[in-house]
Amino acid sequence: MQATGRLRGFLPGMTASTSSNRSSDRLLYWLLLPVFVVSILPIMRLGFEGVMVGGVPSLGYFQDVLGNSTTWQATANSLYTAGLGTVISLLIGGSFAFLVALTDVRAKAALVFCFMIPMMIPPQITALSWVQLTGPSSALLNAFGIAPAMGAPQPLYSAEGIALLLGIQHASIVFLTLRANLRMLPREQIEAARLAGARGGRLWWQIILPLTSPGLIAGTAMAFVTALGNFGITAMLGIPANYATLPTLIYQKLAGFGPSVLGEVSVLAMLIGAIAICGVALHHRLVSKRDYRLMGMVGRPLDISLGARRPLVEAILWAVLVAILVVPLLALIATSLVPAFGVKLNFDNYSFEAFREVLFVQPSTMRAFQNSFMLSVGASLTLILVCLPLAYVMVRRPSRLTKLINLMVEVPYALPGVVLAIACILLFIRIPLLDVSLYGTLGIIFIAYLARFLVIALRPVMNSFSQLDPALEEAAQACGAGLGRRLRDILLPLVAPAAAAGALLVFLTAFNELTVSALLWSAGNETLGVLIFNLDDSGDTVLASAVAVLVVLVVIALMTGFQLASRRLPKGVVPWQT
Amino acid sequence: MADINLSRISKCFGDYRAVNQVSLDIADGEFVALLGPSGCGKTTLLRLLAGFEAPDDGVISLGGQVVADPQSNIMVTPEMRNLGIVFQSYALWPHMSVARNVGYPLEVRGLGRAERDCKIKAALDTVALGPYADRSPSELSGGQRQRVALARCLVMEPRAVLLDEPLANLDVHLRETMQQAFLDFHRRTGATMIYVTHDQAEAMAMADRIAVMDKGHIRQMAAPETLYREPADLMVAGFVGAGAVLPISNVSIHDDRTCSVRLGDADVAARICPNLVRKSNTAQLGQAGICLRPEDVWVDDAGALRGSVEDCVYLGGRFRLSVRIGRDQSLPVYANRRARIGEQVGLKVSDGWVFDRMQDEAA
Repeated sequence: MQATGRLRGFLPGMTASTSSNRSSDRLLYWLLLPVFVVSILPIMRLGFEGVMVGGVPSLGYFQDVLGNSTTWQATANSLYTAGLGTVISLLIGGSFAFLVALTDVRAKAALVFCFMIPMMIPPQITALSWVQLTGPSSALLNAFGIAPAMGAPQPLYSAEGIALLLGIQHASIVFLTLRANLRMLPREQIEAARLAGARGGRLWWQIILPLTSPGLIAGTAMAFVTALGNFGITAMLGIPANYATLPTLIYQKLAGFGPSVLGEVSVLAMLIGAIAICGVALHHRLVSKRDYRLMGMVGRPLDISLGARRPLVEAILWAVLVAILVVPLLALIATSLVPAFGVKLNFDNYSFEAFREVLFVQPSTMRAFQNSFMLSVGASLTLILVCLPLAYVMVRRPSRLTKLINLMVEVPYALPGVVLAIACILLFIRIPLLDVSLYGTLGIIFIAYLARFLVIALRPVMNSFSQLDPALEEAAQACGAGLGRRLRDILLPLVAPAAAAGALLVFLTAFNELTVSALLWSAGNETLGVLIFNLDDSGDTVLASAVAVLVVLVVIALMTGFQLASRRLPKGVVPWQT
Repeated sequence: MADINLSRISKCFGDYRAVNQVSLDIADGEFVALLGPSGCGKTTLLRLLAGFEAPDDGVISLGGQVVADPQSNIMVTPEMRNLGIVFQSYALWPHMSVARNVGYPLEVRGLGRAERDCKIKAALDTVALGPYADRSPSELSGGQRQRVALARCLVMEPRAVLLDEPLANLDVHLRETMQQAFLDFHRRTGATMIYVTHDQAEAMAMADRIAVMDKGHIRQMAAPETLYREPADLMVAGFVGAGAVLPISNVSIHDDRTCSVRLGDADVAARICPNLVRKSNTAQLGQAGICLRPEDVWVDDAGALRGSVEDCVYLGGRFRLSVRIGRDQSLPVYANRRARIGEQVGLKVSDGWVFDRMQDEAA
């Protein structure tokens, strides 16, 4: 009787009547309140700014902004770069996830570990290192004497250059989401297909791909939305090429000041929010038709034999890693070691002066490390605690309200960080009723992080919940386990890998976050992203690179710590553990 | 253990009436099968009983305690009903060992470790899985997994065990073994068992009583042999057992149990449904039909009923023929010898069951 099981999912009113008698279920709905305050209210406050001209409701800002051809040019540019970037992310992240999760390639742990690293490098540093890598003044290329001639155009200052870096930056998002999904893929389904005679391409195309399509679609949507709101790469590469996207347009408008800035920014923010919501709505539409709850035992990993092609596949995987990870990192390290920016690096003139300067001379580095660490750990822990019950309610007790929330949590993430930051300032500069200001404290950055990264933590957990056989929970219910007990004993351990993956994503993204904190920081409350940006902005590219190298080292050390502890943690908690 | 009463239970999913005015009384210690084609509402009924669904109307009580009654706003949650349930997909928790899976209900009830271990061992021994206690569920075969699920129910000493198509994922050979395991379990524990299945052979082999469901209604609830010998309507006659229902016109009633009917050129003595006898005073008997089981009809050259053989299958020890009589009616018939396709044979009918063919239209 699959029919009634399916039916339940589609008829929200019915399950609501079941749950109305369970006070514990009703309590869960209170979770929706803080979510609303943190992620929707600031955006509404900013929206209010867009429809009020001089204190009276008016569509004046809309007419100004939407009637301007630069708006539409920027929209087209945003769609093109984010779209192309997503395709690149999907190709790289998707093939890595499939090959690592399903085939017998060797050294999987090392592959996954290395593939996680590119996303830890802040986007503006990625852009910086690639520009330095490929341009005429490349410290690395000059060291080998193979840099392009002075005056040659920088190939990355183009739409395709932006898309390429967006694609590389966000490939890990596709990889992590898809891998969480692939972990739930029971061996039986693949084996059944192989017994049915499906081989090679047919097996991939007709069985594995459709079965994993929910994860694939979710990863694609997330990569697209992230690329759409990316500021670091589009600013570093787009502004020199005079190629405006919506986030850089907003940034330029903000830099321009004037009385109508907030209103116009608000309208642009609504435009980019609308595009993001369209993308997300499409994602939900596609996924809602795929109720592929995978039955059968999970736990035995698949090992599709690649046969004679294995060495070739492995070589390609490592070559891609070298290209997207090792080379830019080398460029970054090279820059951090030059005595002065632009000087040709060789074995005689390298210097650790920059490291000494940032570590021991300037107190701001250690402070920024502390702040970023507290903010990112705090945000990831808080979000996972909220997301577990929230995802449960959204998947198992769907209603109109949860569907609305589902769309709304995407908005703070899809909007460029600067827009969210302005929204937060407007709302929290004086909290109504309490008469307290959060502005100038770490608190406002923390709240903005919660709003911005909620969706990153939520999606993998929701994805995991929707793939669990409902009978697993019902069996526990019949055993007498109440809601809290079921969440703790049954659901939590089963979704732990996805939750850990989500928490890790939040931690890593928040650790290097720049665009939100760029407007919200204050003296003593700077984050690592702000520190790097400020150093780079004031011309201290070498110092900025040194801090970035330190950040990467710290994160790699943390990841190694997780890796070593993974044997003592429950199975699957460390996402890259094979 | 407790008796279970369902009174006029209805459940709709949107416009679709999954369960329609169903009443059911199950005695303490009884093994009842809910049998019906897919989509008949049997799983919904089980889920209503377990508490995973709330009825729109009607009262459910377990051992005299009302657990669901929308009129009085009573809805006891599944975790408070103390019912064991075995799912088609086993629903074993992959992150727990076999022993922890089985002991989970005790863990929830806060039993001490020593007492828990003792009961887990007893339950695992009951299903002959003692040595597997420390394995992970993924290392077990389908039948073993289902026995773990059964042990998990057993250990909590439930008021009743609900089984939702528990053998649907198992192979035929294993099904027979598992049927025996369920029966042994039932005899040893005396648990009330409610077993949902679409397989009539499975239901007849195990259940004390079978409730045949169709389109949200219970068509008939009776012991397997009654269901087989005396189906209440056309749906039950067709769904349970092999055989054919032929329309008949000439019924002469002897008393309220027996009659004779005219079938082709032959007079056949048959049993008759008492309801039909009562109705025969008012309504015409033109809607009557006779249900003939293959073992009631034998090939006999002296038989007055003639037909031609359409099909012949060897069953081991005997043959089953399909014999066409009249224009578009054929009968399954047992024979001691092989018959040629197209061969003319005589048939002897030793028994039959006459009932109202239109019964289900009224229901």
